[in-house]
Amino acid sequence: MEIAKAVVGKANDGKVNTVVQNMRLPRVLTAIVGGVGLGISGCVLQAILHNPLASSSTLGISQGASFGAAFAIIVLGAGAQGSTVAAMQFSNPLLISLCAFVCSMGVSLIILALSRFRKITPEAMVLAGVALSAMFQGATTLLQFFANEVQLASVVFWTFGDLGRTGWREVRLMAVVVLAAALYFILSRWSYNALESGEQTAVSLGVNVNRVRVVNMVICSLTAAVIVSYLGIINFIGLVAPHMVRKVVGNNHTYLLPGSALMGAILLLLGDLAARTVISPVILPIGAITSFLGAPLFLYLLFKGGDRS
Amino acid sequence: MMVVKRLEFGYSSCCSPILQDIAFEARPGECLAVLGNNGAGKSTMLKCLNRILSPQKGTVYVGKQDMLQMPLNRVAQSMSFVAQGSQNSRLTVYDMVMLGRKPYIKWGIRREDEELVASLLRQMGLENMAVRFLDELSGGEQQKVMLARALAQQPRVLLLDEPTSNLDLRNQYEVLELVKQVSREHEIAVVIVIHDLNLALRYCDKFLLLKDNQVYDYGGEEIITAQSIGEVYQIAVKIHTIDEAKVVIPQFQSCS
Repeated sequence: MEIAKAVVGKANDGKVNTVVQNMRLPRVLTAIVGGVGLGISGCVLQAILHNPLASSSTLGISQGASFGAAFAIIVLGAGAQGSTVAAMQFSNPLLISLCAFVCSMGVSLIILALSRFRKITPEAMVLAGVALSAMFQGATTLLQFFANEVQLASVVFWTFGDLGRTGWREVRLMAVVVLAAALYFILSRWSYNALESGEQTAVSLGVNVNRVRVVNMVICSLTAAVIVSYLGIINFIGLVAPHMVRKVVGNNHTYLLPGSALMGAILLLLGDLAARTVISPVILPIGAITSFLGAPLFLYLLFKGGDRS
Repeated sequence: MMVVKRLEFGYSSCCSPILQDIAFEARPGECLAVLGNNGAGKSTMLKCLNRILSPQKGTVYVGKQDMLQMPLNRVAQSMSFVAQGSQNSRLTVYDMVMLGRKPYIKWGIRREDEELVASLLRQMGLENMAVRFLDELSGGEQQKVMLARALAQQPRVLLLDEPTSNLDLRNQYEVLELVKQVSREHEIAVVIVIHDLNLALRYCDKFLLLKDNQVYDYGGEEIITAQSIGEVYQIAVKIHTIDEAKVVIPQFQSCS
C-alpha cells in the first residue's frame, strides 16, 4: 500500500517516495517500454523479411550498437569511473548512446542499401545481417585489444545490458519513439498479413512490397537502435516474444503485434526480476539473463512446435 | 472485359524477351485457358497482367483503365490472383478470406467487409472451418479458401495459376466447377493457366496457345486440333469426341 502511494508520490516516508519515484519506477517503465519495442519490432522484422530468425540481434543492429559504444569508450574516452564493476558509472553516457545509435543505424542502412541497389532477396538480407554482425563483433574485439584495463571493463559492462541507466528523460524519449513506431505497425497490420502469404500474393493484394520493406526496416532499426543505445545489448526478446505469441494466436498481425509487445514487456520485466533477486543485492546483467533464459525457451518452442508441422 | 495488346516482357535488356507481342481478350463470365509447354511463358504472362512483374511494353485494359499505369492498390481492386501451390500460412480461414479486403481496408474492417466474407464462406461451403488454421486443411479446401480470398477482392478479372496442380481428381472438378459458377454469377473474366487439356476443354470457353514466347493461336474450342496441340506440346495426339465432348489422347511412343 505504501508503495502504491509512493508511485504517485504520496507515501508518508519521504525515502520510500524517492526510491520508488527515482529508481524503481523508471526501471520498471524502462523494462516495459524496452520490452514492447524489442518485441514488436522483432515481430515486424520477421514479417517483412519472411524469416523466423529475423530480429535486431540477428540482423547485426545490436552488434553495430556495441561497436559504437566500444568506439565511444575506447577512442573518444567516454569511459568509466569506479573501482568495481557493480559500482561503475560512465563519464559520458550521452556520447556512448549517440555512438551506439549511429552505428546501429549504420548497419541497417548498409543492409537496406544492399537490398536497394543489388535487389537481394529477404533471405540474403538476413544473411547480410549475419555477416555484418560478425564484422562488427570482430571490429569490437580489435578495439578491445588496444584498450587499457579500465576501458575494457567499461566496454564489457556496457554490453552486459542494464535497465538502471535510464532516468525519466530517457524513458520519455524511448516511450515516444516506441509508441510512434507501434502505432505505425498496428496501422500496417494487413500488409504484414498479406506478406505472410508470399510476395506475389502480397503484390496482387495491392501491397507495394519493396516500399513496405524499406519503410518498416528503417522504423524497426530506429526503435531497436534507440532501445539498445540506452539499455545495452538485450538479446532474444525480439526473437522469442513473437514466436511465443504466434503459437497461441497464429499469424494474424491484428493479434500478433499487440501480443508480441505485451510478451516482450513481460519477458523483460521477468528477466529484470530474476536479475535483481537471484543473488540479491547484486544485480546481474540483464542481457546475460535474457540470453540465458531465452535460449532454452526458444529451443523448447522449436521442439514443441516440431510435431505440429 | 480485359483487353491485352502488344505485351512484352524480359528479365533484362541483354537477354531475349520471355514474352513477345502477346494479345488477347477475356470477356466477363468467360473462362480463358492459357496453354503451352513448360517454359512457354504462361505463368510469366499471368504475373505481367497484374504487375507482379513489370512488362516493358504493351497495355492491359480492364474497362477503360490501363492496369500497367495504375497504382497497385487500384489494380488489386480490379484483378485478383491465386498463386500456384499449397499454402502453409498460419492464418485462420476467416482471416485469409478477409485478407482479400486488403485493397479496400483503410483503418479497420467495416461491417460490409464482414458481411461479404461471411457470404463468400457460405457460398464456398467453408463456414464450418472459418476458425481453423489454413495449414490444417486439405489441398482442395485450401484452394477453395484461396478462391474465396480472391473473390473478396471483388475483381473484374480473376487470374489462376495452375489451380488444380496438386488436387485429386474429384477436387480438380469441384474447384473448376466453382470457378465456372462464380465467373457466371459475378460476371468475372477468368484467366487460367492449366496443364490438363481435357479439364481445359471441359471448363473453358476460349483458349490461348503459347509457343516460343509468342501467341501460337487464340480462339474457341475449334483451335484445339491434333495439329495445333502436336506443334505446341511437341507430342502426337489424337482427338476423339466422347459424349459430345472433345478428349485429347496423347500417342506417346517410348524409345524402347
